Amino acid sequence: MSGRTLYDKLWDAHVVHVEPDGTTLLYIDRHLVHEVTSPQAFEGLKLADRKPWRASSAIAVPDHNVPTTDRASGIADPVSRLQVETLDANCDEFGITEFKMNDIRQGIVHVIGPEEGLTLPGMTVVCGDSHTSTHGAFGALAHGIGTSEVEHVLATQCLVQKKSKALRISVNGELGKGVTAKDVALAIIGEIGTAGGTGYAVEFAGSAIRGLSMEGRMTLCNMAIEAGARAGMVAVDDKTIEYFRGRPYAPKGELWDKAVEYWKTLISDADAKFDAEVVLDAATIKPEVTWGTSPEMVVSIDGKVPDPAEAPSEVKRQDWERALQYMGLQAGTPIEQIRIDKVFIGSCTNSRIEDLREAAAVVKGKHKAANVKLAMVVPGSGLVKQQAEEEGLDKIFTDAGFEWREPGCSMCLAMNADRLEPGERCASTSNRNFEGRQGAGGRTHLVSPAMAAAAGIAGHFIDVRNL
Amino acid sequence: MKKFERLDGLVVPLDRANVDTDAIIPKQFLKSIKRSGFGPNLFDEWRYLDVGEPGKSNHDRPLNPDFVLNRPRYEGASVMLARENFGCGSSREHAPWALEDYGFRAIIAPSFADIFFNNCFKNGILPIVLDAAVVDRLFRECEANEGYALTIDLDKQTVTTPTGQVIPFEVDEGRKYRLFNGLDDIGLTLLQSGKIKTYEERRKTEAPWLFAQ
Repeated sequence: MSGRTLYDKLWDAHVVHVEPDGTTLLYIDRHLVHEVTSPQAFEGLKLADRKPWRASSAIAVPDHNVPTTDRASGIADPVSRLQVETLDANCDEFGITEFKMNDIRQGIVHVIGPEEGLTLPGMTVVCGDSHTSTHGAFGALAHGIGTSEVEHVLATQCLVQKKSKALRISVNGELGKGVTAKDVALAIIGEIGTAGGTGYAVEFAGSAIRGLSMEGRMTLCNMAIEAGARAGMVAVDDKTIEYFRGRPYAPKGELWDKAVEYWKTLISDADAKFDAEVVLDAATIKPEVTWGTSPEMVVSIDGKVPDPAEAPSEVKRQDWERALQYMGLQAGTPIEQIRIDKVFIGSCTNSRIEDLREAAAVVKGKHKAANVKLAMVVPGSGLVKQQAEEEGLDKIFTDAGFEWREPGCSMCLAMNADRLEPGERCASTSNRNFEGRQGAGGRTHLVSPAMAAAAGIAGHFIDVRNL
Repeated sequence: MKKFERLDGLVVPLDRANVDTDAIIPKQFLKSIKRSGFGPNLFDEWRYLDVGEPGKSNHDRPLNPDFVLNRPRYEGASVMLARENFGCGSSREHAPWALEDYGFRAIIAPSFADIFFNNCFKNGILPIVLDAAVVDRLFRECEANEGYALTIDLDKQTVTTPTGQVIPFEVDEGRKYRLFNGLDDIGLTLLQSGKIKTYEERRKTEAPWLFAQ
């Protein structure tokens, strides 16, 4: 018998029941809840007179709708306010712990889970949010679910699942200077496409992945869904374990020792078989910039906007043409010549302390370009914000003309007041460049924090390796 | 959940790949705490020439005449023909809610994004995967023939064209059973309560740190 993959091990440890056709009842250890995808689930529970199976497994936080300025005066938009108040009321009623809007621990759900030690290796983690794949960075099985499944997990502590196939994406070698986890994620999506991971659980492996910090691994797993894979994961190593030492909800004392012993087994066996393999050479990855309306529409900073005439298929040619029209770009334009109107540094992809440090290092002592109307930095949580302020990063940003905001999802999806106006072009560290994602008619270019910061200073995209 | 047994439905062709859930239902409508009423804002940014807001009436908004859903010949469609990777992006179940509220009960495409695909089955919508060449042919037939309708039989797992051509499709047994009978997943899962409790007791010994309060 061949060995087991990390995914096999995580799956096997959570099987409650299997139907003859393979449909499996999978036990869920951690349920993260936010205000957008939960109200209808709680309503469903109430209508059926059901109670949460294990309320202590759930943790809630408002993040999508919260303002990033002037939080003391509450949420101005009454529709957003009602959604956050509904979360507060549901958590109170059902006995679910919630980090409310003005709690220092509040932040983007995918930042606070690991930060608090609420996400741990070996767990099954779900949330009504596709970027739940982030938590796979810790050797957890984590993926997004819809609202019906949010209700199902609340009521039964389980999900009805079929096992995915296993894909291993190995990135070998050393990343060049100025090349980050975000660039690796974009390069992978450029290689396999936004549907390349559909039907798979992805394990990221190889020396370049092992070389990433936990923050970097989170960025990478976060973007697994943009490659179509619901779950991305990285095997446990010493970095993983050290990350959790002393976290508020991580085990302590004897339990810590017992947990660590188990966590060390959370690696794919040497003889494990994957259904598919993709291998990339780290040395070939450069700082990446998306040019279109799908994360797979990506080129390196030294590249040009591609010509639809060179698209690999007719469907793609039409796709590219529509994207160029929406983005207001001409084929053949060098990426470095694209001028921007706004900068957004934040989101569950890139709002952790390491991201803010990288961006701050680029802007230190400089000032944003005159054509950049707004450059905003939105930390991923209250604790990230606090740490950044202790390190003086806020001052570096504000001195450079960047705005320093309160934590939340903000302009990644523009559900709060932060958004692009029609036609505005943004260098964004978020995860989706879909039409209208950051505001109706807005134009998004996905980049790393350092690249976003550099674009803010130069007023156009610029190769961070040359600074 | 509505049962899905058999459907004779007018077909609308949405000829673009990678249609994401932000396009299906833009973010501002996700602020609703209800499960219904999303239909008028389905594909809002493509369907209207202005920007929609929750609570704003949609009746007097300027329609985009070029968008396929606004063409009179497709009025009342309940089957959508789509391209590869339909429903990619976020996990928002508001996407199938909006499609269902508009009147769609089936979507045919060469491929779907995983989370969206799964969410459809929870909301009485049947997503059907057919070979890209077959989908391509259906697009051509649909565009060439006004009033083009397909008959979808879930029990037999077939799509039948107006000329009587029968195209079989695959569907997972468990999902088919639930959708065909309109069954509530939670009720079915709770029949296994004993097994869930047994599992928890075992895990509390194996991995007690997972059950700390």
